[in-house]
Amino acid sequence: MAAPAGQRRLDIEEVGDVTVARFVDKKILDENNIQMIGNQLFGLVDQDKRKKIVLDFTNVEYLSSAALGKLITMNKKVKDSGGKLRLCSIRKDILTVFEITKLNKLFDIKDDQAAALAGI
Amino acid sequence: MTDAVRLDVRFATDPAEALLVQAQIVDWLKERKYPARDLFGVRLSLEEGLMNAIKHGNQRDVSKSVRVLCLIDDTRAYIEIEDQGQGFDPRDVPDPLADENLEKASGRGLFLMRQYMSFVEYRAGGRLLVMEKVRTLEE
Repeated sequence: MAAPAGQRRLDIEEVGDVTVARFVDKKILDENNIQMIGNQLFGLVDQDKRKKIVLDFTNVEYLSSAALGKLITMNKKVKDSGGKLRLCSIRKDILTVFEITKLNKLFDIKDDQAAALAGI
Repeated sequence: MTDAVRLDVRFATDPAEALLVQAQIVDWLKERKYPARDLFGVRLSLEEGLMNAIKHGNQRDVSKSVRVLCLIDDTRAYIEIEDQGQGFDPRDVPDPLADENLEKASGRGLFLMRQYMSFVEYRAGGRLLVMEKVRTLEE
């Protein structure tokens, strides 16, 4: 889904049949920002019908519970469409947020993009 | 030692204003060289506390305001966030770690604040959030 210039919050790359979406922002905190990210994520499933998606967190230094909410909704959408979603390259501070909220059990999290692309 | 600082502001129910307050407080902690994990935890807790006040407290009513009081010195950051909503009972907030709640898209804010801050309490019927972060001693 093409987003207007300046509002693009994800860098999209196709690697074989896998869509790799890399977050542009360092901080996924601001409400409007989170809304735009959610819309672009959901568009990958709802409009573009992508089945295999990797979310790359290399750039992300902060995120809030509202951002976690979007990721949970995204995970449901991908599952409901019969696809697969993986998260990768999450720095330690943020991985701790996933761990203390037990969301590391909900998401398929890999160390890096290569590991996320392997066998998806 | 860096002098203690104090912020006492009231602003309209607006996430953009809340971000400015958040940035100021985090800047003060950086100036005092708080450890990175403390900065991460305080920033996250501020975001959660401020958005709770805006969304759940004031229900995004722009005629209402949010008050923030913050006192920071080299050893601790004390923060109050007060909204003008109906209040709530924190005991009514479901446990986000319960299996039935794990896939819910919301309801983790208070839990995260409790994990990352040294002290968290809602007072005044749930309209006043009081929290404190004691500086982590670096090894």
